Order: sequence, then structure tokens, then C-alpha cells
Amino acid sequence: MVLNSYQPGEFYDELFAADGKPRSIATTLIDKISSLSLAELQQHQNLAQSTLFKTGVTFNVYSDDRGTEKILPFDIIPRTICDREWQLLERGLKQRIHALNLFLSDIYGQQQIILDGIIPQEVVYSATGFLKPCMGIQPPQGIWCHITGTDLVRDKDGSWYVLEDNLRCPSGVSYVLEGRRVMKSTFPRLFEKMQILPVEDYPSRLLETLLYLAPDSIPYPTVVVLTPGIYNSAYFEHSFLARQMGVQLVESRDLTISDGFLKMRTTKGLQQVDVIYRRIDDEFIDPLTFRADSMLGVPGLMDVYRAGRVAIANAPGTGVADDKVVYAYMPAIVKYYLDEEQIIPNVPTYQCWEPKQRQYVLENLDKLVVKAAAESGGYGMLIGTKSTAEERSEFAAKITADPRNYIAQPTLCLSRVPTLLPDGIDGRHVDLRPYILNGRDIYINPGGLTRVALKEGSLVVNSSQGGGTKDTWVVR
Amino acid sequence: MLSRVANSIYWLNRYIERAENIARFVDVNLNLLLDSAVVDDQQWEPLVLTTGDLEIFRSRYGVATAENVVRFLTYDEKYHNSILSCLQSARENARSIREVISSEMWEQVNSFYFMVKEAAEADPQPELPSFFEAVKMASHQFAGVMAATMSHNEAWHFGRMGRSIERADKTTRILDVKYFIVLPGGVGSPLDELQWIALLRSVSAYEMYRKTCHRISPPDIAKFLIFDREFPRSIQHCLRSAEKSLHLISGNNHTNSWCNPAELKLGKLRSELDFLSIEEVIERGLHEFLDETQRRINIVSREIGDTFMTIDLEAIS
Repeated sequence: MVLNSYQPGEFYDELFAADGKPRSIATTLIDKISSLSLAELQQHQNLAQSTLFKTGVTFNVYSDDRGTEKILPFDIIPRTICDREWQLLERGLKQRIHALNLFLSDIYGQQQIILDGIIPQEVVYSATGFLKPCMGIQPPQGIWCHITGTDLVRDKDGSWYVLEDNLRCPSGVSYVLEGRRVMKSTFPRLFEKMQILPVEDYPSRLLETLLYLAPDSIPYPTVVVLTPGIYNSAYFEHSFLARQMGVQLVESRDLTISDGFLKMRTTKGLQQVDVIYRRIDDEFIDPLTFRADSMLGVPGLMDVYRAGRVAIANAPGTGVADDKVVYAYMPAIVKYYLDEEQIIPNVPTYQCWEPKQRQYVLENLDKLVVKAAAESGGYGMLIGTKSTAEERSEFAAKITADPRNYIAQPTLCLSRVPTLLPDGIDGRHVDLRPYILNGRDIYINPGGLTRVALKEGSLVVNSSQGGGTKDTWVVR
Repeated sequence: MLSRVANSIYWLNRYIERAENIARFVDVNLNLLLDSAVVDDQQWEPLVLTTGDLEIFRSRYGVATAENVVRFLTYDEKYHNSILSCLQSARENARSIREVISSEMWEQVNSFYFMVKEAAEADPQPELPSFFEAVKMASHQFAGVMAATMSHNEAWHFGRMGRSIERADKTTRILDVKYFIVLPGGVGSPLDELQWIALLRSVSAYEMYRKTCHRISPPDIAKFLIFDREFPRSIQHCLRSAEKSLHLISGNNHTNSWCNPAELKLGKLRSELDFLSIEEVIERGLHEFLDETQRRINIVSREIGDTFMTIDLEAIS
């Protein structure tokens, strides 16, 4: 009923074709939503949100006012992707992870790609994620990026692009799993009628990925999840994943180095740890090697790691590959290592450190999106089409002062999905972050996190900027 | 298991039990005063005295009126042992070990916390008797959910030990409240009997006491709440339950021996109570006995902390 007046408009809509008819994979879903009144939909939505709140699927934890954590706004109208299209995305993501891993091995090894002149040395060395102390390290099984969240977007014409990779400690997978659980209780019949690919095996796959890193000589390896603690905004997820895998959740104060091994303090004395799934940033891992002011890491951990006595996922140093300037070289990186074209292309990217491209950027600020190379979470960004002259001149000054730190991309018109709002249903822009595990083989959880910009017309989907999430249904 | 986790689940349970018992001993005082002919604010200061935090109270509130004492013990966010603060601490501890406890336990702690927080913020605040009833019930629910949804493993025993230790301590204090109530009619008056009944009710012991001892007699009541091996809030029952968990944790199968200082102190206290009569307690003075027992329970708790929850690195390597 509420959907009768819905118009996809000039945008690519994930549920509706351009002529306003439902896409074939979404008809059952749309019939169901159309059969409900706005009040009923909102009731479902409130129930879903309160379930998430009750189970503590929260983010953005308090600092001093205790108990004020919030839940990420969750929209009960899912985003659908047809299976055939998903297979293409899967191939593209596998290709990308494969190339990124080869790139990381090379950068921290022989640096052949620099010697061959494909990527300038200064681009790599000036990336904040490049960690010199990781040079020469050979991580267990040769894997650097074990867990990746790659952000994909779809433009007006329906074509997919990779917006960025998150190779350090991507978060959000707990929303995928908990969101799916809530959706199953909200629309149980739809799951019977439609063939929706399951996402629930993610924790088992993650555990396998981590166990794969332990030395064969250890029959029952000890895996832990390392969290900065309960005040971290993603704490829920750290605890959730540890619980789902049945492994210990540790803080740095639980860990110590003893006899050259990493140990945790238990009620029965010290116990050896073999694999760490770390959810703290690279530079905080070991205050002796990186930031001396880090309270989150374990002094001496890097030595144990270098000696091959503990595995760390993701490997320290992976951040160099998700730098926004390095990103611009991805087509060349894929070509260089795999001799293939990118299956999912990059968004065309202008590099401000290169004078000609910088000039183009400065002349076209009103049409481009400018991003700071080392920022994430939607901070340090200029969306030219929605900016004021003042903001543009401010960014022009920043770019001129520190060109290495900026890239620019054409403004993509992100696809939209019908979204439940207080006064009805309207289209809102979305992106997609699938979660990729790289172990014995590469596994991609079907679907991923669909982030939605709840503000009308907004293109920024980050939770810190008023974004919400939707369940993602890969439909066969 | 991690020492930090042991510490958190131990204190999670202590804080929940503490909140419940504060509700109980404020409730008993309210009941005693309802039955009393004299309405006198002097009856409230002893309540704060039994918490051991009279100084904090005086510096914040001054006079011990009913209203001040109830606010202090119930909703005062700045007093670390108020019901509200206990729930905050319980929830913080639960949050840090969510992967160890069951989801149902977390949900129970979480909704318990929000129930108290909303009551504190409500205007007008809920009637006290029904609020205290809700606190007691929520605490029972937590214990029930924990017993029924979490494996009775090492972590669970740390939790149960925390609850038992806290309950033993608080039963001594509730019994002590009666000591301070000045009786207009003197010991043995009808009013006195009513007050003892109110006290038994406040620890949910009235019916069980009647089944065991029939007549209301102060020495029998003290005996019941200190020594009864079957009643789950008696001091001795709590100590035995704590001792059982402690031995299961350390793997020492012999309750008549010890392998760490915590077992030594707890075993000593428990076995002394085994061979003590109520006559001896009364001869020594009930209040003095209760005071001494509290002190020794504190020592047991400290030894548990030292044995399991902090690791002396030098001793190991």
C-alpha cells in the first residue's frame, strides 16, 4: 500500500527497474511489504530495533555518561542482489584480494613492483599504513590480509565499482549476522518462499581462517580476539565474534610475553596464545616497535611474531594497501601480478600529488568528491556537488598545502533502495561492504553490510554521519 | 580461564546480590517502622552504620532522615554501593565478559539495570515496597537464568562463589539491623515478635523458619539465619556453597584440607561455625559475633582475589 506511490526516479533502484516495476528477484518481497500498512511496518521496525538494543548490538559507547550506547538505525526493508550478479562480484573480490596479498608480500619483501616502475616508491613509503618494521616478515602461510571488508557502490547505470578496501580491522560483520537473525523473525515466511543465501556460517569460517595460521605442531591451538576494551565503539562486535567462535576475548592487560612466547594470564597461571585476531590498529600493537604511548598493545609482541611463534590477523602492515593513493594504482597492481583486467573496476581517481591531476581537481572541485588519503569513516571529505564556495576554497588550500594527502573522484550517483521513514517509504542511497576471508581458500560471505544514508539526498553512508544498515539478500 | 574474566564474573554476581540485599535491608527497616508506634528518624542512622559507610553519608547528607537514607542507598549515583551503582557496576562487568556468560544472562542484567535507572529517573519515583520487590525478583531471575543457561564450569563457580560470599556478608548485616532497633516494649513484647517476623520476611525466611522452628524466638531465629544448613540465605549455607565452588575451581577434592590461602581461611571459618552453638554466640554477644564474621568474610574474599585474580609473574617464571 505504502509502496504504490514509490518511484525510483532518475536513480538506479535495487528493488525496482527504471519503469517502476519490481525486479524479478524482489517481487515476493515487494508483495509482502505492499500488503502491510505504514503503521504495521513501523511496528515491525520498532520491534526489530528493540531486539537489537536488548541483545546489545550497539556502537558509539559512552565516555562518562554510563549506559548511553546506541544501536545503529536498522531498516527492515532489505536490499536484494540476484545470485548471478553476486557470482560476478565474488569473482571480482577474489581477484582483488589475491592481488592485494601478492602486493603486500612484495612490498614488505623484494619490492619488485617498485623496481619495475609500476608504482613510485614515494607513494608507498609516504602511506601512513606502511610500516618499516614489517620489512622482511613472512607471515604464516604467506597471508597478510585475512579479513577484508571491501566497499562497493553501484552507479546510476547499474555498474559496480570498488570504492575502497578496509584491510586493517574492518568492522560491521556483527550487524550482518544479528540483522539477519532479526529479519528472520520479522519476515519468516519470506525466508521460506525466497531462496536467500545464508550468512550464518561466517563465525565458523572465521575460526577456520584463524586456525589455519597456527603451526601444525600445535594440535589444539589457542585463538584469541584482542580488543581495546569495553569503551571501543566496536566492542560489541569483538565480544560477539569471540562468543560465536568460542574463543577468549582478551585485552592487552591479559597478555604478557614469557619465555619468548605470548601468554595470557589465567586463573591457573600463564597459558600460551597461538593466534591473535587483533581488533586494534597496527601502530598500537606493540609499544616497543610502534607507538610508545600505546596502552592497548603488548610490549615485545612484534619480536614473538617475527620469530613465528604467534600469528596475527590481519598482519601488521596491511594498511599500506588500503591507502587511498595506493588505491589509485589498483588497476596496475592487478595487471602486474595477475596479468588480468580488474573484474570490478576502481572509481577513476585523481591524485593530487601529481601536478597535472591536481590542477584538474582544483579547477573542478564543484564536481568532484575529495578525500583525505589516510582518513576513514566519512571524515575529511568534500562532496563538491553539495558544497559551498567557502568549503571549496578551504579544501583547495588544504590540497595545495599537502597534496599527498588528497585524492579526488567523480561524484557517483549511488544506487537507492526503498527505505522506511517516519512519514512513508522513500528511496535512499546505499553502498555494500562484503566480508572476505582469506585462509586455505578465499571465502566471501554472501551479501554483506548494506549501509544506507538516511538523510534525504545524502551520499554519505557512514554510521558516524547518520547512516543506518539494511540486511542484504543474495537471492537465487 | 582469564584472571580478569574470573574477577568480572565474581563481581558481577556480588553486585547483583548486593543490590538485592540492600533492597532487603532497607525493606526490613521500613517494615519495622510501619509496625512501630513511634515514628522516629533515629531508626535510620543504624541502617547506614551497618553498611560501613556512615562517614560518606554524613558528609553528603548530614541528617539521617528516612528520605535521605533511602535516597542514599537506593538511587544515589555517586554512592558506590547504592542499588543503582551496584547495577551499573554489574552491567560494566557483564559487558566485559559477554563472550563468557550466556546471552540470556546479559539480557537479564541489561534490563535489570534499565529498570532501576528508569525508576531513579521517574517522577514520581515508584512506591518503595513494590520497587524493592521488583529488585529482589530481578536478582532471582538473574540467578535462575545463570543456573539454567550457563555451563556449570569454572567461570560459573566463580560467579556462584561471588554470590555466596556476598549473601553471607549481607545476612550478617540484616541480622544486625534488628540489634539496633530500640524496643519501646522491651524484649519479648508483642511488638518485638512482630519485628522479628518482619525481619524473617525480609530475607524470605519466614515460612521456612516456621516449618523448622515453629515458635518465634530470637535465639532460634539467630540460630536459623546463622547455622541452618538447608536454608539458602543462612550464613553457614552460603559459606558451604562458596567452599564447594572454591574446591571445584582449584581441583582440591578434600574439603578437610586446603591447597591455597583462600581455602584455608574459608575452611577455617566454615568449620568453626560447624562447631559453634547459638548459646556461645549469644554469650559472646550477637553483634560482636556478626562483626567478627563480616571481617573474616572480607579476608576470605581478599584471599580469593589474591589467589586467582592477580597473577604474580615472578612466582610463575
